[in-house]
Amino acid sequence: MSEVLTRDETDSASRPARRRPLRLPAARTATGAACAVLLLALPFYVDRFWLQAGLFAMAAAIGAIGLNLLTGATGQLSMGHAFFLAVGAYGYCVFAADGGDGPAGLGLPAWLAAVLAVAVSGIAGGLFSPIAGRLRGAYLGIATLALIFIGQHVLFNARDLTGGFNGRDVPPLSLFGLTFDDRELVVANVPFGSAEKLWYVGLLLLLGCGLFARGVLRGRPGRAMNAIRDHRIAAGVIGVPVARYRAGVFVLSSMYAGLAGVLLALVFQRTVPDYFGITLSLDYLAMIVIGGLGSVAGAVAGAAFVSLLPQLLTRYSDALPLVSDPGTGGIAPGEAARYLYGAAVVAVVLFLPGGLVRLAARLRVKPRPGVRVTPRPGATEGEER
Amino acid sequence: MSTFAELLLNGLSLGSVYALVALGFVVIFRATEVVNFAHASLLLAGGYVTATLHDDIGFWPALLAGIAGAALVGAAVEFLVMRRYRGSDQSVLAIVTIGVDILLTTELTRRIGTDVLTPGDPWGDAVLTVGPVSIAHTRIAAFVTASLLITVFLLAFRFTSWGVAMRAAAESPETAALMGVRLGRVSLGAWAVAGGLAAVAALFLTVFPTPGLERATSLAALKAFPAAILGGLDSTTGALVGGLLVGVTESLATGYQSDLTFLGRGLGDLAPYVVMVAILLIRPAGLFGTKELARV
Repeated sequence: MSEVLTRDETDSASRPARRRPLRLPAARTATGAACAVLLLALPFYVDRFWLQAGLFAMAAAIGAIGLNLLTGATGQLSMGHAFFLAVGAYGYCVFAADGGDGPAGLGLPAWLAAVLAVAVSGIAGGLFSPIAGRLRGAYLGIATLALIFIGQHVLFNARDLTGGFNGRDVPPLSLFGLTFDDRELVVANVPFGSAEKLWYVGLLLLLGCGLFARGVLRGRPGRAMNAIRDHRIAAGVIGVPVARYRAGVFVLSSMYAGLAGVLLALVFQRTVPDYFGITLSLDYLAMIVIGGLGSVAGAVAGAAFVSLLPQLLTRYSDALPLVSDPGTGGIAPGEAARYLYGAAVVAVVLFLPGGLVRLAARLRVKPRPGVRVTPRPGATEGEER
Repeated sequence: MSTFAELLLNGLSLGSVYALVALGFVVIFRATEVVNFAHASLLLAGGYVTATLHDDIGFWPALLAGIAGAALVGAAVEFLVMRRYRGSDQSVLAIVTIGVDILLTTELTRRIGTDVLTPGDPWGDAVLTVGPVSIAHTRIAAFVTASLLITVFLLAFRFTSWGVAMRAAAESPETAALMGVRLGRVSLGAWAVAGGLAAVAALFLTVFPTPGLERATSLAALKAFPAAILGGLDSTTGALVGGLLVGVTESLATGYQSDLTFLGRGLGDLAPYVVMVAILLIRPAGLFGTKELARV
C-alpha cells in the first residue's frame, strides 16, 4: 500500500517539472492513466485507516499548494497558514450546521457552506492584506504569527460559533442528494462509508486545485510572482504592481487553506481548536520545503511525506526499532515523525535544494546543462539589501 | 491606582525579560543575517537544564549550567548547521532554523512530557509590599538581573573588541573579514550569547507566579518575536523598547481582563501580537528599524 502511494506521488511530482514539449508522451500517458486507475480503485481494496491517511494527505496537499504559491513562488514567508485552515474548517461548520443544539449554525446546504467557507477564508486573507502587501521576509513571517494567536483566542472564546475547547461536530457533506456520512452504501460488494465517498471528493478537489495553481504559476501571474520573489524592485520597475500581487497571492493562498480546512473537517468529523496551532503552520512550511518550493508537485509530494509519515510509523511501530507506543516512555510515532521531517527540512535545504521534486527529476533524466527543473528556492530578496 | 502601578511594575519586569530574549534574537540577526525561529527552543533548553539540575547541585550552579547549556546548544546549532549555509539567502536560513526548531522543540517537549518542572529559585513566592503596592520578589530579581545584563551587554557591544568586531560584521561582512574579523567566530559568539541570555530569561519566565517549566513555556518565549519585530529587527534599542512594550501590554491586558470580559479570557497572551500588528501597519520596519534603502 505504501509503495502504491509512493509511486503515485513520484509520478505526479514529475509532471509539472517539465518545461519542454513532452518527450515520451505515450509512456507518460500510460503511467498517468495507470495511477489514475489505481487511485480510483483504492477505496474498493484498502481499509479505512489508509483511506483516512490518504484523505489527510490530500487535504494537506491542497493547503500546501496554497502555501507554496505564497512562500515558494512569491517568497512571502507565512506562519499563519493554520489560521486560514481553521477559518475554513469552522466556517464550514457554522454555515452547514442546523444550529438546533449546541453551537450556532445557519443550516445552509452543505455544498454552499463549503463554498462560502472558502470565500470567508479569502476574505480573512484580504483583511490581512494591509500587512501582507507591505511586509516581507521575516517581518511578514512574525506578523503572521499574530494570526495564529488571534485565531486560537477566537476559537477558544467564541463558544457560540466554535464550541470552545471541545470543538464542534462537523455536519456531513451532501451533494446531489448523496450524503457523505457513515450510512453505508454498498458499491460492488464494498461497503462505502464516509472515507470511501470522501476519497473521490478529495481526489477531484486536489486535481482541480493542482491544475488551477499550475495555471497560475505558468501564466502571467506566475511570472510576476517569481519576479517579485527574485527581485522585488526590478519587478516593480517592469510594471508588476508588487503590493497588489502580494496581497492577491495572500488571499489566494488563504482560500486554498480554507478549502483544505473544509476537507480536513469533513474527514475528522470534529474540529478542535488545539489542532490549529503553530505546530500545524510549521508542518505546512516543512511540507513545501521538503517537497520543493514554488511548484505544485513539490507541495503534493511534501504533503504526502509529512502527513503520511506519522501514520506509517504508527501503523508499523511494533516492527520498528526506537519507536514505541505513546505513553510508554520511548519515542512515540508522532514524535519520531517530527524528528524525521525536522531533520529532512535541514537536510533538504543543504543537499537537495529544490526538494523531492528535484530528486525525482534527477532520477528520471540525466541533468542537462541549462535546464532548470524547479526554481531555486533561495533566490529571493538577498540582493536588494 | 495601586492596581495600575502594580501592573505597570510587573509589566516592566516581564518586559525586561522579553527584552533579554529579543536582544539575543537581534544580536543573531545583526551578526549573521539569520532570523532565528529556533530561539524559543534555545530558551526551553536553558530552562530545562536549570530545572532538572537544581535538585542535585543547587540553584546557582544549576543556573550557570543552564546558561552554559543553552549557550552550547546555540553554538552547536551555529557550528553544525547554520555554518553550512553561510551566504545563503535570508529566507532560506530562516526556514533552516524552523527545521532546527522542530527538532529541538520535539526533543525537549518529549523530555518534559506533561510535567511541570520547578526552577528551584531562592525567591519562592515572597512578596514585597511598599505602601499600597505589592510586588513579588521574583519580579524585582527579574528586573534587576535583566537590566544589569542588558547594560553589561550594551557596554560590551560598544567598547570591547568583541563588540566592535560584531558591529563591523553586521555593517559589512566583507570589509570586516578583510580587516581581520573572523566571521565564523563572531557568529558563533552571537549564537552562544543569545543562548545564554535566553537561558536567564527562561528562569524568569518559569518562576513565581507562573507554575514552572512546561510545554507551554515555549509559547511564552514566542512573545520575544513580536518584541524584536516591533522594535525593528536590526536595532538593539528596538529590542529593549519592544520587550518593555510587550511586557507592559501583556500585564495590563491580563490585569484588566475582568473589565474586558466581552473579549474573552486569556487576553494577555493575545495583546502583544495585536500591538505588533498595529505598529507594523504604521511603521513596516518597526519602531527603530532602519528603513530599507534600495539602490537600483
